[in-house]
Amino acid sequence: MTPALRLDGLSKTFPVGKKLIGAARGHVRAVRPVTLDVAEGETLGIVGESGCGKTTLARLLVGLEPPSAGRVEIGGKALDNADPAAFGRLIQYVFQDPISSLNPRKSIRSILEVPLKRLHGMDADERADRIREILASVNLREEFLDRFPHEFSGGQAQRIGIARALAANARILVLDEPVSALDVSVQAQVLNLLAALKRKFGLTYLFISHDLAVVEAVSDRVAVMYFGAVVEVGRAETIFAAPRHPYTKLLADSAPVVGRPLTAPEGKDTELPDPLNPPPGCPFAPRCPKATNICRAEDPALEKMGDDQFAACHHPLDAET
Amino acid sequence: MGGYILKRLVSAVPVLLGITVIVFLIMALIPGDPATAILGSYATPENVEKINRDLGLDKPAVARYFIWLGNMLTGDFGRSFSLNRPVLDEVLERFGATLVLAGTSFVICSVLGIVAGAVSAARQYGLADKAITFAVLIGISIPSFFLGMMMILAFAVERRWFPVSGMYAIYGGGDLPDLARHLAMPAVALAVVATGVIARLARSAMLEVLRLDFIRTARAKGVPERRVIWHHALKAAMVSIIPVLGIQAGFVLSGAVYIEIVFQWPGIGRMLVTAILQRDILLVQGGVVFVAACYVLFNIAVDVVQSLLDPRIKT
Amino acid sequence: MTRFLWLLARNQLALMGGIVLVLVVLVCVLVPVLPLRPPDVTNTADRFLAPFSDGHLLGTDHLGRDLLSRLLWGTRLSLAVGFVAAIAAATLGSAIGIVAGYFGGRTDNIIMRGVDMLMAFPYILLALAIVAALGPGLLNALIAVAAVNIPFFARNIRGITVGIAHKEFVDAARLAGKGHLAILTTEILPNVIPVIVIAMSTTIGWMILETAGLSFLGLGSQPPQADLGSMLGEARAALITNPHTSVVPGVMIFVIVISINLLGDGVRDALDPRLRSGALSRPRPATNVRRESVPQGPGEGVLDIRELETQFHVGKRIYRAVNRVSLTIAPGECLGLIGESGSGKSVTALSVMGLVASPPGVITGGAAFHEGRDLIGAPYRDLRRLRGDRVAYIFQDPLSTLHPLIRVGEQLAEAIRVHHKVPRAELRRRAVELLGAVRIPNAESRVDSYPHEMSGGMRQRVAIAMALANEPEVIIADEPTTALDVTVQAQVLSLLDDLRRERGVAILFITHDFGVVAQMCDRVAVMYGGRIVEEAATADILNAPAHPYTKRLMDCVPELGGGRRKLDAIPGLPPAVDKLPPGCAFAPRCDKVREACRAAPVAMTRAGGRAVRCLYPETDIAKDPA
Repeated sequence: MTPALRLDGLSKTFPVGKKLIGAARGHVRAVRPVTLDVAEGETLGIVGESGCGKTTLARLLVGLEPPSAGRVEIGGKALDNADPAAFGRLIQYVFQDPISSLNPRKSIRSILEVPLKRLHGMDADERADRIREILASVNLREEFLDRFPHEFSGGQAQRIGIARALAANARILVLDEPVSALDVSVQAQVLNLLAALKRKFGLTYLFISHDLAVVEAVSDRVAVMYFGAVVEVGRAETIFAAPRHPYTKLLADSAPVVGRPLTAPEGKDTELPDPLNPPPGCPFAPRCPKATNICRAEDPALEKMGDDQFAACHHPLDAET
Repeated sequence: MGGYILKRLVSAVPVLLGITVIVFLIMALIPGDPATAILGSYATPENVEKINRDLGLDKPAVARYFIWLGNMLTGDFGRSFSLNRPVLDEVLERFGATLVLAGTSFVICSVLGIVAGAVSAARQYGLADKAITFAVLIGISIPSFFLGMMMILAFAVERRWFPVSGMYAIYGGGDLPDLARHLAMPAVALAVVATGVIARLARSAMLEVLRLDFIRTARAKGVPERRVIWHHALKAAMVSIIPVLGIQAGFVLSGAVYIEIVFQWPGIGRMLVTAILQRDILLVQGGVVFVAACYVLFNIAVDVVQSLLDPRIKT
Repeated sequence: MTRFLWLLARNQLALMGGIVLVLVVLVCVLVPVLPLRPPDVTNTADRFLAPFSDGHLLGTDHLGRDLLSRLLWGTRLSLAVGFVAAIAAATLGSAIGIVAGYFGGRTDNIIMRGVDMLMAFPYILLALAIVAALGPGLLNALIAVAAVNIPFFARNIRGITVGIAHKEFVDAARLAGKGHLAILTTEILPNVIPVIVIAMSTTIGWMILETAGLSFLGLGSQPPQADLGSMLGEARAALITNPHTSVVPGVMIFVIVISINLLGDGVRDALDPRLRSGALSRPRPATNVRRESVPQGPGEGVLDIRELETQFHVGKRIYRAVNRVSLTIAPGECLGLIGESGSGKSVTALSVMGLVASPPGVITGGAAFHEGRDLIGAPYRDLRRLRGDRVAYIFQDPLSTLHPLIRVGEQLAEAIRVHHKVPRAELRRRAVELLGAVRIPNAESRVDSYPHEMSGGMRQRVAIAMALANEPEVIIADEPTTALDVTVQAQVLSLLDDLRRERGVAILFITHDFGVVAQMCDRVAVMYGGRIVEEAATADILNAPAHPYTKRLMDCVPELGGGRRKLDAIPGLPPAVDKLPPGCAFAPRCDKVREACRAAPVAMTRAGGRAVRCLYPETDIAKDPA
């Protein structure tokens, strides 16, 4: 079966300190080669802490940044790296900050019309029908159409953002922290809406978040990112319960959980390595309790460990823990 | 620190070259024949040719530029035909006078502007704030040359507190008190606009900073309000004030042209205006390049001060 | 647009400037049909007539020309030239700025280097050079003034455009299929235009001054043509003998420029959303207090907040952020205050020491007792002495809450120095000691670091050290770990927990995270719509929440280890605190709501250690053994 979405060695390197003429002073590898398959109708969660490259990965996926290497395939076809519009019909993006993702000087109607006009060339009547349909599916009233973004609460604005993504009629949505700017009581509304839309339209989701519990609650599979690379992939119900990579375990142990006593899960340096000057070997080695010489010399590749679980680690944890 | 200064100096080289190119290009636009302008319409062809050769006008533009640049680098800015003396000598002499005037003004407007702005912000909507805002509005709306003229009427003609014009008294002057008496009115007239601009900016920069979280932290620590304003807030506000001081220095230097004319100050601005009206191109070129170069260096100094204040800059 | 005009008209100074300007422009337009003497006809017999002389209302100049006529013709010319120069500079400069800012990268680099080059000249040198090349004349002066102002617009607008081009809605437009041109004209431009208008309205007066200046120098309009600058320039020779010839054009320039500036400021204020909402007000050193009734002391525990009411007065609206909140913290206790954004939890915390930004904040009732005295009514001097000494704060975002230009050691030392006289060397030693206490490695060298040189977790440790500096009885921690990554959060929380147990300091811990509360706090109070709706020991609330809001809020939050599931959402939105319903604030969203809930405010029911503000609680707190 062809996966709905395939990332093949996708990576992104940003030059740093570039001058008008001449070469850059250094390079930051924001995303190190990532290879992942996402099945039709699946929700793949991506978790990681700030600076791990998850947002850059998302921007690569929808064509907002051209990758430095590798490619994105949708339904078995590679996409033109340089054209966001080519991506737009197939894969859409829902932004983290619902307010700043809506142009403050445009009415909701004109925001929703753009993808219909530009990507699908619909005429005015078709657009009006389609907009009504989409609005109903995200539970917004039609009278909102002539209002402006500042008149909406965060939750409503995020529904509009989702509506815009739906309007493009793409089968795959990249959701970049779609609920982290929202209040908890509203978060659940939006998460449930996303689940309902997925069922209704048979969508495929990439759900990016720093919140482990949210990712676990909405995903089929989860990929854990650290320092620009995927360090572990596995089924949502098992990956945090039985992590193979020590970093996944650290994340899971750090999340505040009711009923678990407060302990600092690691006593060591908590800082990410300097991205301009990355250490050789596994980037997690300086923080890792199990690190040995090989970890400091050689960056491990993602390897299959057990059913459906992959981890990039020289000394993976036992499956039982 | 030394490394940073060196880096900034090196980065100024292309800017300085750019300045010479711009000046050269603008001057190359000049219509008509400089030789005719110099010699008048009765010039003989031989004389015109000689002048053209002297000015290098018989060569292609690129070659002329490099000859001109090379000469300037060796300190030869050419000869002013209207004054019949080397351009550099005249420029240096006149620039000294301008520096005294503009420098004094710059100090006045920086200190007064920042203090007024900070007081205004600290007493927002209070009496002091309103008075300062009103004074600033007047200050930035009045043309400096008109203000200078009115000051002459009020303080040199009506009440003979200050001399009408000039830099030194013609007889028996030349000492520092004499200079100060001559300097007072033009320096103040020149400083007024810039003071207003700086005060406005300082006020809004302070208001901006006073809302920030670290001000709340300082208050939560129990730092006395006076120290919150004059230490915490002003220090942070200076980061956005200092670059504007650099820009305002350019405005003060520019305003000096008018003030020098009004007060007959023997500065470089007056020299330039006269040179333009007499079409003394070499003098204009030399003066413009020299002053612009000094301004570039001054702005490097501003950047260095900024980097001393803000540790986040040093890279 | 109508809102803009209304705001503009409300600003009296701007209105005044606008009226004067309109009058001047009107007269200028009418000049050709007014019964004026010809402006350029000389009559040496009538030289230097004084104002109000026969037939010459403003007198005559050195060539006997009618000053009134010359003034009006000159004003007409000066205004026209000034406006044209401003529009030309604004259009060209903004176009350059938008292109550079939107495309960024090399395009931006090359354009901005050119702009920098032009800005490397004191502007008049460039203007003089241009006039020198083109020759004196009004049109050339116009070109020179416009040209020297282009870089200012370009740089200003580029900065704004860069900010907008990185906004997410621009990315969204690209994904919706818009090309560069469409994005520039329909997404970016509408957001930049207000800034261009502001920049233009604040510089147009300046440009009129500049063109007048060039004419004054004799480089602008040429005789006999009059503009305001050249009139002033010609009059200068007779300044002392016949000042009126100078005063007349000079005052005119002043009037025009000041009215443009007034109007320009008005335009800026009306267009700038931050100024519009009054956000640029300077917060006072302590929150305003206007209490009608004051609860009597001395209060219990180490901090006793009673019936606290804090409001925000914005225009005619009153936001009741904190609505009669009472909380008591026992010595050494950690009390959690949990709620969503807008529930009033942070405002409660900030009110205690008068740190709510004021304006617009006002404390309208209640008290906060510390050692028998009321902090709310305390004069600033006393309040300041207690701040950071007896009651200390830790705030949310450690990057913005530390002063960026002061070394952390100095900031620590200052916290001590403003309360205690300690010699300098001793201060440094104490700072190092404090950094060590919050487990910062290499405290000895870290003490000289600036905040930006540290990671988020390290900075928050510094903030904790600062709060501990004077060994306070209470620390108020306002979402201290919300901005941190989860692995760092775990460390900071366990550090805070260890320190409070070691030092016996009480903590008021504000958060929105039940997981954090469960791990940190002895007791919890839940806030909703500015009120405490439930209060109990942590375990009781987590095991058997009594208020429907608490229960449903906990159900909303997924917990790690629960696997994939549907979450229970609460329908609707949190209440707006300027439009609170008369009854229970949660009633519109509550599935157990009945008539009584909506009718009148619900009182707090207390039983044992528990309290709940609900008529139909989920758990009977009186029966439930607390």
